[in-house]
Amino acid sequence: MTGIVLEARGLELSFGPTPALRGADLAVEAGEILAIMGPSGSGKSTLLHCLAGILTPDAGEIEFAGRRLDTMKEAQRSELRRDRFGFVFQFGQLVPELTAEENVALPLLLGGRKRAAALAEARSWFGRLGLDGLEARRSGELSGGQAQRVALARAMVTRPDVIFADEPTGALDSLTGEQVMDLLVSTAREHGTTVVVVTHEPRVAACADREVTVRDGRVTTAFMERMAS
Amino acid sequence: MTVPLALLGLLERAPSHGYDLKRDYDNLFGRDKPLPPGQVYSTLGRLARDGKVVMDEVGPGTGPDRKRYVITDTGAVELHSWLAEPADPEPHLQTVLFTKVVLALLLERDAAGYLDAQRASHLRRMRELTEVRRGGALVDRLLADHGLFHLEADLRWIDQTAARLGQLAEEVLR
Repeated sequence: MTGIVLEARGLELSFGPTPALRGADLAVEAGEILAIMGPSGSGKSTLLHCLAGILTPDAGEIEFAGRRLDTMKEAQRSELRRDRFGFVFQFGQLVPELTAEENVALPLLLGGRKRAAALAEARSWFGRLGLDGLEARRSGELSGGQAQRVALARAMVTRPDVIFADEPTGALDSLTGEQVMDLLVSTAREHGTTVVVVTHEPRVAACADREVTVRDGRVTTAFMERMAS
Repeated sequence: MTVPLALLGLLERAPSHGYDLKRDYDNLFGRDKPLPPGQVYSTLGRLARDGKVVMDEVGPGTGPDRKRYVITDTGAVELHSWLAEPADPEPHLQTVLFTKVVLALLLERDAAGYLDAQRASHLRRMRELTEVRRGGALVDRLLADHGLFHLEADLRWIDQTAARLGQLAEEVLR
């Protein structure tokens, strides 16, 4: 996939009387690692959730690989989220009743893959992400960094086109956060995966190819780009 | 300012030739700013004049020079007192960033635009240092970390100031 993979035009979304997005525009190149920054309450997470098809905007358009996401039926969007997108959130959000390898296999099982094949594929990610030996642990038996790497494996196991990460290192100390970001970036680069990461941490944004800032529900263009245009 | 003391430190470890001192200095401290050979010898000359090092001639080290430098007691005392003394906490309150913001507001220029440009410039440098970190030797990684943490602190200030520009403008223009 080359060119623009994901595009939002004029997104608006309010929660009750409170506007979260007020005409947000954004285009993401295939294979790009893009950081979305902005102060708390600026709308950056809402924008990410709209781009990922989790929230539907009140107005505006979202296009993924040439298909309109905002007008898609929920069932189709759900399929897209399962097969083409991967997610990493601030807290790994692993299913506590499942083992680490079952957590990683989950998107494949939900997509109809046979259990043995799904688990075998899931296990292949453990070595790559430095998780060898932790396959049978449940989330309560993992450190924060390990849990986040399991979440990363779960996000990558379907070989998605885009990974959406919302403050992926927010709950980790700086050294562990750095390791998780290094893995996210290197794995994404290796597989040509596009990454959209919401963060308020400059060090996380510095791992990206480019950053945009969301302010008052709009994506602001960097000053240098404004000067150039 | 730390070059003479860094050279004294290297000599405290073992007597050394100018060429070897330059090599060791560059490896440990001069990653993005190697020491010009002229500066090594002029610094060693001043240290010798001030009685902090002496020279003996024992034949060449790994380079062509025959003079070997040895730290004196005076040099060692200065080195140890410097090592024990905390450095001045930086930064001071007169910062370029702050001056630019206040002047922009005073002259009713685009202070928010300046802060955006500064943020973009800081992040660009952070990306470069992040690249240095990736796969670099521990010395490079820790040096890059030092730069990254400072830039990060500046960025926090930039965001804080951007959020309060209106208020600051009122105070400045009062």
